Amino acid sequence: MIDVWTWLTSGANWVGTDGIWHRLVQHLEYSGSSLAIAALIAIPLGLWIGHTGHGRVVAVSLANGIRSIPSLGLLFIVLLLLAPHIHNGDAFLIPSIVALVVLAIPPILAGAYAGVEQVDPAARDAGLGMGLTAWQVLWRIEVPCALPLMFGGFRSAALQVVATATIAATVSVGGLGRFLIDGLAYRDYSMMAGGALLVGLLAITVDAVLAGVQRLLVSPGLRS
Amino acid sequence: MIVFDRATVVYPDQTVAVDQLSLTVPTGQVTVFVGPSGCGKTTSLRMINKMIIPTSGRVLIDDVDVAKQDAASLRRGIGYVIQQSGLFPHRTVVDNVSTVPMLLGVGRRRARADSMALLERVGLDPALARRYPNQLSGGQQQRVGVARALAADPPILLMDEPFSAVDPIVRQQLQDDLLRLQADLGKTIVFVTHDIDEALRIGDQVAVMRTGGYLAQLASPAELLSDPADEFVAEFVGRDRGYRALGFVSGEVATRLEPTITLGSSGEAARRIAHGADWLLVLDADRRPVGWVRPDRLGAKVSASDLNRSGTLAHDAAPLRALLDAALSSPSGRGVVVDAAGTLLGTVNAGDVVAVIERERGA
Ligand SMILES: Nc1ncnc2c1ncn2[C@@H]1O[C@H](COP(=O)(O)OP(=O)(O)OP(=O)(O)O)[C@@H](O)[C@H]1O
Ligand SMILES: [Mg+2]
Repeated sequence: MIDVWTWLTSGANWVGTDGIWHRLVQHLEYSGSSLAIAALIAIPLGLWIGHTGHGRVVAVSLANGIRSIPSLGLLFIVLLLLAPHIHNGDAFLIPSIVALVVLAIPPILAGAYAGVEQVDPAARDAGLGMGLTAWQVLWRIEVPCALPLMFGGFRSAALQVVATATIAATVSVGGLGRFLIDGLAYRDYSMMAGGALLVGLLAITVDAVLAGVQRLLVSPGLRS
Repeated sequence: MIVFDRATVVYPDQTVAVDQLSLTVPTGQVTVFVGPSGCGKTTSLRMINKMIIPTSGRVLIDDVDVAKQDAASLRRGIGYVIQQSGLFPHRTVVDNVSTVPMLLGVGRRRARADSMALLERVGLDPALARRYPNQLSGGQQQRVGVARALAADPPILLMDEPFSAVDPIVRQQLQDDLLRLQADLGKTIVFVTHDIDEALRIGDQVAVMRTGGYLAQLASPAELLSDPADEFVAEFVGRDRGYRALGFVSGEVATRLEPTITLGSSGEAARRIAHGADWLLVLDADRRPVGWVRPDRLGAKVSASDLNRSGTLAHDAAPLRALLDAALSSPSGRGVVVDAAGTLLGTVNAGDVVAVIERERGA
């Protein structure tokens, strides 16, 4: 334990291209861009499914299917499929991000469609009956009322992505996972433990920040 | 004026919800659709704001076919209140009420100020304006629903079982308040209910519907009670029709002078005034009746604990039913009649009221 503390607090470990700061930023970059891409795909799709009720069965079974694949397996599947087609330095980076995106889509999608689905049908009916267009009902009623579940889905995706981004290091990409891989290679266990600890702390911090944003954006009328 | 012209609705599963409905809803009056569950009331109502388009036939508002109008702009001119309130949970009460005015381009501040005034008008404490719907009682939610429907001052108001989900006492208050508002506003109201008493109470005219979406009878409440069109209507309108019909008949009943005593007077004085009668009427200091006492059982003073309060009071302008009920419920058999301020006018007995009923019938 003391070794882990020494590793974490020694200034030299924080700087440089393989220092903690740099790895942390890399980790955040991978996680952030994967989450952003996943959200861009899953939220509109989820809203559409929730609003229209179409494609629900397909979405649910696909999402469950993806969830049942182990993360590491998913990464290697994507790598095998994509690597032959990518010929520059991103040969490992892109498959890693794709794997993380695929991982993040199910919870975000489920949050979005479940969120819209659970909106009180009477509120929807009243909205239409008062003269809101279908589009206005979606943006002014369904989306604001779906936010708590949408945030729930996004937060669980974020936790999963931050944790899983670690395994990207197994295919020689950066991020905090490097400390685990490199630590293993050098038999430097305090480095490994320190890296794992950092991933955990990062996940908690990200979730706390998202919880704060949720508090700001979700109407107090929706808190039970 | 809203006209249903042979409007028929067949749902995709071939259910005929409304069959060739033809009726006219007069401007400025309350028309109630009443009938058993599943008879097509909601479907009929929702044709008016184009939430449902008739499979055949038409619905016209002021001679214009609803089907030919843009749905959203049509609906912004028609207030809509539903049973489950349908309030937007993420918006405060005042913002719920401001919804349609803001859709129509009224600025937020102006819309909110108008909404505050409207909340008071429908009987809500303005202090509730900042609350969210889940912080209100069911009755309060329905009031907000009514305010929200009235916010853009639409000439037409559609109400689908607006008061069914609240307890009977609150329901009666809501009905009273609606009638009071309507006396001021004179909207064209279409009101759906499955409660015949509510229909008779609220409606200027009542459309009784039967399963399959047939119109069984369209008539005033008094006429429904006195002249049901067929067995179904008679059955649906229910028992005690003769007695309930008195609720729609008024007649001049001359009141009798009644000896009285003021609360707090001496028992001695009460016995003197009663002159041997079994019951003596007690008034408060403002000459408002408070109950009856038995003079022979009084102690030193006429006190509140001596009062029998079983008798109902009738206003002098009340229908005959209220007068008869006052007489029948009074321990002395003499029904107490008061003026609008609640001060005593005199009493009537059941025989007086029945005589008037007989006379009205003969006329
Ligand atoms: N979307 C729908 N699809 C198929 N049938 C429907 C649909 N909506 C209503 N119906 C049927 O149409 C008939 C009339 O329904 P409607 O809702 O108008 O009745 P209602 O008189 O309002 O009943 P309630 O008092 O229970 O509200 C019923 O038999 C109902 O089952
Ligand atoms: Mg209904």
